[in-house]
Amino acid sequence: MRGQFENTIVSGVTRLGVPFIQIFALYVIIHGHYAPGGGFQGGVILAASMMLLRLSLGEEEEHRRFSPTAALVLACIGSLVYGVAGLVPLLLGGEFLNYARLPIPGIDGPQLRFLGILIVEIGVGMVVWGTLVTLFDYLAGSES
Amino acid sequence: MKVLLWLILGLFFALLVYAESDLPNPADPAGPTRIHITPEYIEGAAEDTHTPNLVTAVLADYRSYDTLGETVVILTAGLAVILILPRGAGRG
Repeated sequence: MRGQFENTIVSGVTRLGVPFIQIFALYVIIHGHYAPGGGFQGGVILAASMMLLRLSLGEEEEHRRFSPTAALVLACIGSLVYGVAGLVPLLLGGEFLNYARLPIPGIDGPQLRFLGILIVEIGVGMVVWGTLVTLFDYLAGSES
Repeated sequence: MKVLLWLILGLFFALLVYAESDLPNPADPAGPTRIHITPEYIEGAAEDTHTPNLVTAVLADYRSYDTLGETVVILTAGLAVILILPRGAGRG
């Protein structure tokens, strides 16, 4: 089904561009250790790609692929990821959010803290992504 | 009532100016905000966390608690929008 614009150029450019936008968003999240970026920025870019899809290809099709409920659940899961990454070290005898106590075998010390930062950034990215898509759906979406 | 309001506001302003005059100079390289724990973060971040980006190391490791709060604030803002607005409220 075509979107509200019924325009081949708009939908074609969107279909062509969105994969690159989403790959770039994942890069921004993963590469936050080495360059400006991280969960907040990458999550915003991912949400922007979803908004672009919803605007140009139509909401019905996009809601079937990624529903508003899924966005909300994603945001809550991201928050949970962050909270669990904080609580697990606390239960294992460390401090709250001390990633060096995460129970991941094979690596320890600074490398584990490196991995902990990555886990937390992914959680933040999920929260920002889900929340912004939810905001878009509720502010600009149709009433269905 | 208006006079009282302005009086209280003026008093608070005077208190603010008085307190501000006593603060250390924020541009001073030897000031207390620069020598307390900042050097430890700057020198130790690469060793402690293997993260070359100092901003990420402070944001997600040393000050992780703060970032957790920020994340929950964003989630709460989204939930509040769902609770208050009916879907499609911004249209028309």
